[in-house]
Amino acid sequence: MPRSKREWLEQCYPKDKDRIGRFTTISDSVVDPLYTPEDVGDFSYERDLGYPGEYPFTRGVYPSMYRGKLWTMRQFAGYGTPEDTNERFRFLLEQGQTGLSTAFDMPTLMGYDADHPRARGEVGREGVAVSSIADMEALFAGIPLDRVTTSMTVNCTASILLAMYFAVAERRGIPLSKLGGTIQNDMLKEFIAQKEWICPPEPSVRIIVDMIEFCTREAPRWHPISISGYHIREAGSTAAQELAFTLADGIGYVQAAVDRGLDVDAFAPRLSFFFNVHNDFFEEIAKFRAARRMWAKIMRERFGARKPESWRLRTHAQTAGCSLTAQQPLNNVVRVAIQALAAVLGGTQSLHTNSMDETLALPSEQAVLVALRTQQIIAEETGVANFIDPLGGSYAVEALTNQIEAEAWAYIRRIDELGGIVRAIELGFPQKEISEAAYRYQRQLESGEKVMVGVNKYQVQEEPPIEILRVPPEVERKQVERVRQRKQTRDAAVVARALEKIRRAAREGSNLMPPIIEAVKREVTVGEISDVFREVFGIYRDPAYI
Amino acid sequence: MAERPLRILIAKPGLDGHDRGAKIIARMLRDAGYEVIYTGLHQTPEMIVETAIQEDVDAIGLSILSGAHMTLFPDVLERLRERGASDIPVFGGGIIPPEDVTALKQLGVREIFTPGASAQEIIGWIREHIRPRGD
Repeated sequence: MPRSKREWLEQCYPKDKDRIGRFTTISDSVVDPLYTPEDVGDFSYERDLGYPGEYPFTRGVYPSMYRGKLWTMRQFAGYGTPEDTNERFRFLLEQGQTGLSTAFDMPTLMGYDADHPRARGEVGREGVAVSSIADMEALFAGIPLDRVTTSMTVNCTASILLAMYFAVAERRGIPLSKLGGTIQNDMLKEFIAQKEWICPPEPSVRIIVDMIEFCTREAPRWHPISISGYHIREAGSTAAQELAFTLADGIGYVQAAVDRGLDVDAFAPRLSFFFNVHNDFFEEIAKFRAARRMWAKIMRERFGARKPESWRLRTHAQTAGCSLTAQQPLNNVVRVAIQALAAVLGGTQSLHTNSMDETLALPSEQAVLVALRTQQIIAEETGVANFIDPLGGSYAVEALTNQIEAEAWAYIRRIDELGGIVRAIELGFPQKEISEAAYRYQRQLESGEKVMVGVNKYQVQEEPPIEILRVPPEVERKQVERVRQRKQTRDAAVVARALEKIRRAAREGSNLMPPIIEAVKREVTVGEISDVFREVFGIYRDPAYI
Repeated sequence: MAERPLRILIAKPGLDGHDRGAKIIARMLRDAGYEVIYTGLHQTPEMIVETAIQEDVDAIGLSILSGAHMTLFPDVLERLRERGASDIPVFGGGIIPPEDVTALKQLGVREIFTPGASAQEIIGWIREHIRPRGD
């Protein structure tokens, strides 16, 4: 009998029978044939895992995990006019969804009103069009803002959209202290991956710190940021890069807030995260476990946070859009189910499951329903939610968790050496690392080393058509018309005064949130406030690395 | 004398920031021996046509994932016509439903590649259909 893994590999393992030359994860990390106690080295249960709800939270951030409360099922939705999206929201809530998640259209995300020439062709296409508070009112009409939690995916105009949401709540007599939800508001990952920006990194981070400061004081149940790896992964990063750059962004925000003079334990419990969940099942589970352990160490050791709530990495997860195929789209249902299972076994706090038709268009109602049902089946039929971290202690999963953590620490050290994440972004470091990984993966796809079923293997000639959602062109005309009309009926002097207050706060460095809230109440628009940002902070241009 | 290498403009019109595909194609084309000019993000059709003319390119590849393809492709074609440069062939890629692909081809877009298209497929198409413009 072999006495060590090495002996077993050398004497017993028939390497020549391997069906392929190299076994790797989707991130191109080599996978051993077998993992044994030797692979987890000087493993210590207390130090490396601990109990769920206890530092370093490897096994989960809460003691009872899904036995106490299932993850929040939160489907990202938004298209057309605010009324169209409101209807989709109500449909999802009726179907048992437990939280809302809003997708805005590109003009709203990039700080242009629907009537701006640069918005042409994009109004209501990739999300819902919101130019002013009247649109926000219509978007959440009839939805009890004090009882649902809302997530808003918006970054460079986050301060404006959040101000609108707060103002709508106030009009309905709901105090800000009762509002629960999350705004993505993570600009660093925009420069790294998603590429929606207005101003350069430094002022962008300043606005975010303003929002963290404001929410800590005024809206303590709100998550003022969702530090996001999702888009980093979609841009083609490896799992370890996704983890490393996300945590490095987190370090950047915490440092900026601490530099402002905020008490780390006052705001850290409200930081939230957002990770991708891709196809490589065990690698993904390891990534979620490593993320929690790393963030706990970062907060306790690097920033000296004392409250356990500050050490917890609570996260949303979304299945990987980039893993879906336009070919044989029904296969996407299966991919999403497996990815969703990985997110649950990884211990996510909330989850969006992609719809099968998302490589073709915005999801149809039927496709969204299957995606939501996928989560409900995992939650209520498979029994996995009865267990807490059921893969903890698996030699393979623990070894992968350690490995991905080590890779991510190496990146974080490198970023620290470069002078921090903002500097690293200015140098293009994370951007170039991701481009390399994306290019390598594409080459592996083209050579057939990596497989996408239906794309480079098991193709079919004729694809049966599936029904897709189309946003009618009238939507844009209607929305442009509305925005123009509203602008005409306002008092121009009131608008100018409100904008002047924002301009002054931007220049003087006082918190931007109060004057923005005041302005949106006076129907000042997303585009008008963004113009002030452009004027005061300047415009960031794509360095266009290939 | 050997034909000079083709000059290809890869451009990202509109507001969406999804540049993974555009950048991979740009790099694959460069590796295949083409001269590639990549515009970077958030370009208007006007900016793209201006660059194409200034850089004297042999073809323009547009990458659009925002759903605005029925506005942006025709806009680029129209501006090329206005500038007397409609001999520059335009092709593209993105999340574009089949009916729109047909409509865009009727308008004069030479080819549309949809998700899952390989770089080899795109390079093969360029090799077959794009020629150096008269110099």
